[in-house]
Amino acid sequence: MIILVGTNITEAHPVAATFVKDAVLAGCKLIVIDPRRTDMVDFADTHVPLNVGSDVALINGIMNVLISENLYDKKYVESCTEGFEDLKKKAMEYPPERAAGISGIPADNIRELARKMASVKPAMLMYTLGITEHICGVNNVMSCANLQMLLGNVGFECGGVNPQRGQNNVQGACDMGALPNVFPGYQQVANADARAKFEKAWNVKSLPDKPGMMMPTMMKNLTTGKVKAFYVFGENLANTEPDIHHVERELQSAEFLVCQDIFPTETTRFAHVVLPAAAWSENEGTFSSSERRVNRVRTASVPPGVAKPNWWIFKEIAKRMGHDWKSNSAQEIWDNEVSVLAPSLAGIKYARLENDGLQWPCPSEEHPGTPTLHRDGKFTRGLGMLKAIDYIPPAEVPDKEYPFVLSTGRRLYHYHTRTQTGRCQGINDLLGEETADISAGDAQAMGIADGEMISVKSRRGEVKVKARVTREVPKGMVWMAFHFREACANWLTNPVYDPVTQTAEYKACAVKIDKLK
Amino acid sequence: MSDTFILNGKETPFMPGQMILDAARNGGIEIPTLCYLKGAAPTGACRVCCVEVKGARSLTAACSTPVTPGMEVTTDSDFVHRARKLNVELLLASGRHNCLMCQANGDCRLQDLAYFYKITELQFKEKDEKDIYPTEDMNPFIVRDFSRCILCGRCVQACNELVVNRAISQGYRGSESKVVTGGDSPYNESECVFCGQCVQVCPVGALTEKKAKGLGRPWEVQKIRTTCPYCGVGCQQWLHIKDGKIVKVTAVEDAQPNQGRLCVKGRFAYDFIYSAERLKTPLIREKDGEFREASWDEALDLVADKFKEIIKKDGPDAIAGVSCARSINEDSYQMQKLFRAAIGTNNIDHCART
Repeated sequence: MIILVGTNITEAHPVAATFVKDAVLAGCKLIVIDPRRTDMVDFADTHVPLNVGSDVALINGIMNVLISENLYDKKYVESCTEGFEDLKKKAMEYPPERAAGISGIPADNIRELARKMASVKPAMLMYTLGITEHICGVNNVMSCANLQMLLGNVGFECGGVNPQRGQNNVQGACDMGALPNVFPGYQQVANADARAKFEKAWNVKSLPDKPGMMMPTMMKNLTTGKVKAFYVFGENLANTEPDIHHVERELQSAEFLVCQDIFPTETTRFAHVVLPAAAWSENEGTFSSSERRVNRVRTASVPPGVAKPNWWIFKEIAKRMGHDWKSNSAQEIWDNEVSVLAPSLAGIKYARLENDGLQWPCPSEEHPGTPTLHRDGKFTRGLGMLKAIDYIPPAEVPDKEYPFVLSTGRRLYHYHTRTQTGRCQGINDLLGEETADISAGDAQAMGIADGEMISVKSRRGEVKVKARVTREVPKGMVWMAFHFREACANWLTNPVYDPVTQTAEYKACAVKIDKLK
Repeated sequence: MSDTFILNGKETPFMPGQMILDAARNGGIEIPTLCYLKGAAPTGACRVCCVEVKGARSLTAACSTPVTPGMEVTTDSDFVHRARKLNVELLLASGRHNCLMCQANGDCRLQDLAYFYKITELQFKEKDEKDIYPTEDMNPFIVRDFSRCILCGRCVQACNELVVNRAISQGYRGSESKVVTGGDSPYNESECVFCGQCVQVCPVGALTEKKAKGLGRPWEVQKIRTTCPYCGVGCQQWLHIKDGKIVKVTAVEDAQPNQGRLCVKGRFAYDFIYSAERLKTPLIREKDGEFREASWDEALDLVADKFKEIIKKDGPDAIAGVSCARSINEDSYQMQKLFRAAIGTNNIDHCART
């Protein structure tokens, strides 16, 4: 069984979707939990069209049934997890009737769903940004983990809690320590031993011990003056961050903004210095995929003009600040530094990556890599931690003035702000503009025709955009992407964040729509 | 212990349920195929894989006939070769298989078979021009040249059984047979999502990449394996390179994780790297607000000097940076090293949280 939660996999991860569809053709049961009627619903046994942002309530309701009807995996819970009593107490506060009131899924359907989930083992749960892009994103992820542990599904092939990573190397950027609290390989900057190890390797007297700022805090501090210089490498923040008017004020406030990119973007407009970089096919290197697989990237063509590899640019700046770094190629950086300093990557060397790559943890050069984590329920931390979690609603919910919920995401043909796909011959022919997707019911009630220009307005901005009347979205929802500048959803989205991860609530804010006269 | 059968007079093991084709390949005997598609149900459509099975009434399709214990199979008798050659001759007359003008020239299974069987002239009357469906290339990526289609059905199987996009099927009957979308509309007006799996599996020149047209022959290109630059699945691609330029992208067959599959972006959205809008030189903003071109030395000196000045005045934590989740691991490693070791701050992050 496969459970998809908040993941429009056919558009955001199309090749992964083909394997899910293959599984369904081979007899696998599929449950799709998503407010929208995504393409995968055509393949599903059950579609659970919950209200936007009600995941915790729904999952608590499901767990209530699993526990009350004795359907959960008692042996697994007893031997592999801790925190069950707290979780049970919390789940008992969410009888299906209460969960139904919040999620919009009838109580009996929640019971059926719980029984269905308990009927097959193992079941694989996959999620994407429908889970994380909420002010309760961390809680949503932990709820998914609660559910899978309660069902005894973590630690097995075709089981587990599987996030589909949005970018080709977002896993790798985390692994490499491009995070404010950890060095490469998730070694804490607050840990003195870790610092000592990196101080020695990098030949510096001391390294900072206090975790740094997360991106939203950095940007906020551009306006307070606490952050003077901001170095943006390969990000188009002026289109990707919530509330573009606000984001542009922040970028405008930077005393010194460095942008390193392959194209001029809406963000480089604010830069003081722009550094031209080599692109994907102009580099030797590695990407790490959703499944922690380190894959090779190889050079096929030369960069234009005097554009340079990014690692070279950083090395040159370091040199000018008094640091002479030895590694002089991506392979030297990986083989002589990354794999030496990060224990989970120690066994991964370029020579071993010729074919299908290797999945970390891979602690030694004889190790075959690790496709499945927490094998047989033996968790990395010892026991799997069940957490009692309460539902909280999105920060901004529809009201009289802004009666629709706006949810956002990606479409198949474009990627993010189109810096790449917008410059590929043919892609714009398949999708040439943004639309606001609305339900037939709402369209009819408001007299809006498919393809008609409408105004979508939130407390932060307004866009004029074509309406796309579709059965994909439920009544009361407007759905948009952020591929096109003029009608980018981020003129409207709400800059409120999960308190732990500072992930923004892209999936829920309140808007109103109007016919344009 | 596995069962055995007799393959070209030699006792050969097979697994229960295995087709003759697979068992023969395991036994080191290659049988030619056109329609066979790994991972899909065999159709036996092309008859090029025919073999002799002792006791059978006629020749048998190796791709769709399960082996039975003791079965006696001959793959290389004159009878078999004459039948295969005849099948190839019929296919050659089924359309316009004029290799000089074909994008698939040099990478075509039908051409390979015609060459192997030393066919020098058409034995049958070629299909009438008026009976051939016109070429369709209204969409930006895929050319459907029906004059070269041998109706093997691999595209239909790939679309329905591998990627399960269910956009095409076998349409019409007899000599009017055609691979069609719903309502026989052009690809761009159909359910097609342009993953290009049909092109990937087409054994002839019926389905080809429009953007690759005229840019390079198979024997002129070098294939370089790499990883797709879009989502986090990590699909393995072949970049087909001629004169230092990517002319097309195909999926690496039998590679993990994508097993020969790509999506529309992975297969067709590679040419952004050649955009005239690429940044080609460092730029520095002047006092009047305009950018001017600068040398690397000048731009890098400026960045380093400004960082040093800010560190001196406001401390290292007044500098912050975000790395790129699109670029290689080694770039992110270098950037966090720059921030931690050279600048002295942990203010380094990237877009993982969004």
